[in-house]
Amino acid sequence: MTLVLQNVSKQVGVEEHIRDVSLTLEKGSLNVLLGPTLSGKTSLMRLMAGLDRPTSGDILVDGKSVVGMPVQRRQVAMVYQQFINYPTLSVYDNIASPMRVAGADKATIDRKVRAAAELLKLTPYLERTPLNLSGGQQQRTAIARALVKDAKLVLLDEPLANLDYKLREELRVELPRLFGETGAVFVYATTEPQEALLLGGRTATLAEGRVTQFGTTIDVYSRPTDLTTAQTFSDPPLNVVPMVKAGGQLRYDDKTIAAPAGTESLADGPYTVAIRPHHLMLHRPAGAALEVTAAVSTTEITGSESFVHLEHGGSRWVALTHGVHRVEVGDKVPVYLDPAGFLVFDAQQRLVAAPAGQSAAPGMRA
Amino acid sequence: MAKITLDKIAHSYLPYPKTDADFALKEIDHVWEDGGAYALLGPSGCGKTTLLNIISGLLVPSLGNLLFDKQDVTHLAPEQRNIAEVFQFPVVYDTMTVAENLAFPLVNRRIPRDEITKRVSAALDMLDLTDKANRKAQGLTADEKQKISLGRGLVRYDVNAILFDEPLTVIDPHMKWQLRTELKALHRRFGHTMIYVTHDQTEALTFADKVVVMYEGEVVQIGTPEELFDDPAHTFVGYFIGSPGMNVLPCDVAGDKLTLGGREITLGRRYPKMSGKTEVGVRPEFVRLAPAGQGAAGGLPITVTAVEDIGRFKIVRAQLQGHSFDAVLPEGSEVPAEASAVVDPARLKIYHDSHLVRGTA
Repeated sequence: MTLVLQNVSKQVGVEEHIRDVSLTLEKGSLNVLLGPTLSGKTSLMRLMAGLDRPTSGDILVDGKSVVGMPVQRRQVAMVYQQFINYPTLSVYDNIASPMRVAGADKATIDRKVRAAAELLKLTPYLERTPLNLSGGQQQRTAIARALVKDAKLVLLDEPLANLDYKLREELRVELPRLFGETGAVFVYATTEPQEALLLGGRTATLAEGRVTQFGTTIDVYSRPTDLTTAQTFSDPPLNVVPMVKAGGQLRYDDKTIAAPAGTESLADGPYTVAIRPHHLMLHRPAGAALEVTAAVSTTEITGSESFVHLEHGGSRWVALTHGVHRVEVGDKVPVYLDPAGFLVFDAQQRLVAAPAGQSAAPGMRA
Repeated sequence: MAKITLDKIAHSYLPYPKTDADFALKEIDHVWEDGGAYALLGPSGCGKTTLLNIISGLLVPSLGNLLFDKQDVTHLAPEQRNIAEVFQFPVVYDTMTVAENLAFPLVNRRIPRDEITKRVSAALDMLDLTDKANRKAQGLTADEKQKISLGRGLVRYDVNAILFDEPLTVIDPHMKWQLRTELKALHRRFGHTMIYVTHDQTEALTFADKVVVMYEGEVVQIGTPEELFDDPAHTFVGYFIGSPGMNVLPCDVAGDKLTLGGREITLGRRYPKMSGKTEVGVRPEFVRLAPAGQGAAGGLPITVTAVEDIGRFKIVRAQLQGHSFDAVLPEGSEVPAEASAVVDPARLKIYHDSHLVRGTA
């Protein structure tokens, strides 16, 4: 099926939870909803599922409005962050329950339960009740139940948030593949930019109930159309630096540098430059860069990379560097702003220039 | 603040443990330095919570002794140990103000009133909560409440250690950054001995001076983040630290020669003859790709199955003789359609029965 949201808004009391959202989700597509807590991800999913009714706008499935159609008739499966299972039923019966409700025959149920259990590594636990399982196993039970349902629309609301990260790594690869095979529209909500990038597909960034951009995930990341989208799609946080363009130069803090490619036609005046943490350099890059001095407020070393938190003129910056970078707290260090990594926004915070860089990865996914 | 000695500690939840497998925590013999920041890291069921409970006094170990400096505290109750603990969910008194919450442990210990005022205002300042001092705790956000839990430990100047049990679980991702940074700064300023339990590698590595990696009840490595990354002592550490984890493949090693993927690679070091499972490990970050057939002697025949462009780097998923083999390439790298993998022999780690073998020069 194809799911279309047309100018959908949802008001609860005086609060606007969803503001004028229009999206088209194609059959068999993987769609990520990316945004912080309370940005509207869950509200949007509830509208898609038919659990809530939009205040205005329309929701269409294969061209027909489904507003008002009860959720039971919609062929929807939903998995929440908090695993929800029937506590008194065994894992087997938990997975089987939607098929029993749908009146499937016993042999079909058995075959599909066992296949789903096998995929989700639940075979040894089929006879246990959920409370005797670890969190990861409980969540996999909930996912297996969604899988056997053959839903046309699968909604996963931060499904991996409560799991340990090696398990997340594994399921993040598995989930799109499992549901991809069913041809369903797959919608996955997350607060984490890294997770969106790892999932791939298409991403809609959300901020305060609005979809700020929708497109191929890596494109939204590389060319965010506005500053809010760029910030939503950056973890660690984006470094935001006000600069002034004058005659082919960008000025910051009494220092100037040749404005990067793509800014030639821009009028002189103030701009906002956003720099991702891995483009804020602590070593002088090969090309020209703006050099400023910042104070180190703390360092975090992960073994392969270091996060160096800095303060400069009242702003907090973070640099992400390769390898181990030892600097003492309080040290004044040179920091290089490399124009090759500048995302340039105008006074209305619309993107006007981004690094030419890489186009989207060629389709090498097997 | 105290040095913590784990003197041959082991624990079983069974009354009469017989075999090694009966122990939820296998023998650990280690000294943790006064003022150190330690993280206990491992998947659920690895024994990290058991160890934390032994340190906090909720559990008396089946074997061994626990010392704070020179005092044996093995059998002391939690309240006799002078430790502070911050749990997964913030524990605050909703009806008290922020300042009253912070003063509470001091009032209980009958500290003079002006001393309490002094310490509470210092803690409020440290935690950036001064403007909320007289607000009821009820209306605060999760991260503010968690700061109060931490603050109740900070006001007690004589605590032996501050223990953290997955303290950032309920905190929003962007607030995690801030809270972690503040915690780190506090540790640097006041030098409390801190022990932090987590299953999240980033939290453990960024917080701790030393990370204690646990797996199936065993401490498999204690090291700095760098050591865990560069020199994993156990294949589990290679897998668990790093995302994606280390590539680990079966191989043959004879003297200073490694045979892998039909290629012979000269290692920088010599290895003894090994019976049993011999594996080689290499981190995806240390793998480079060259067009197939090119690349120096280290070129390994791989089949690329997928490329994930995640912005600041690319993850190349490949197969080498039926085993998965990943490479992490810098932003903007080209991936040859027909590729071979090039590795620096110095980055190859040899494992015998899952444990690192260092070899000789």
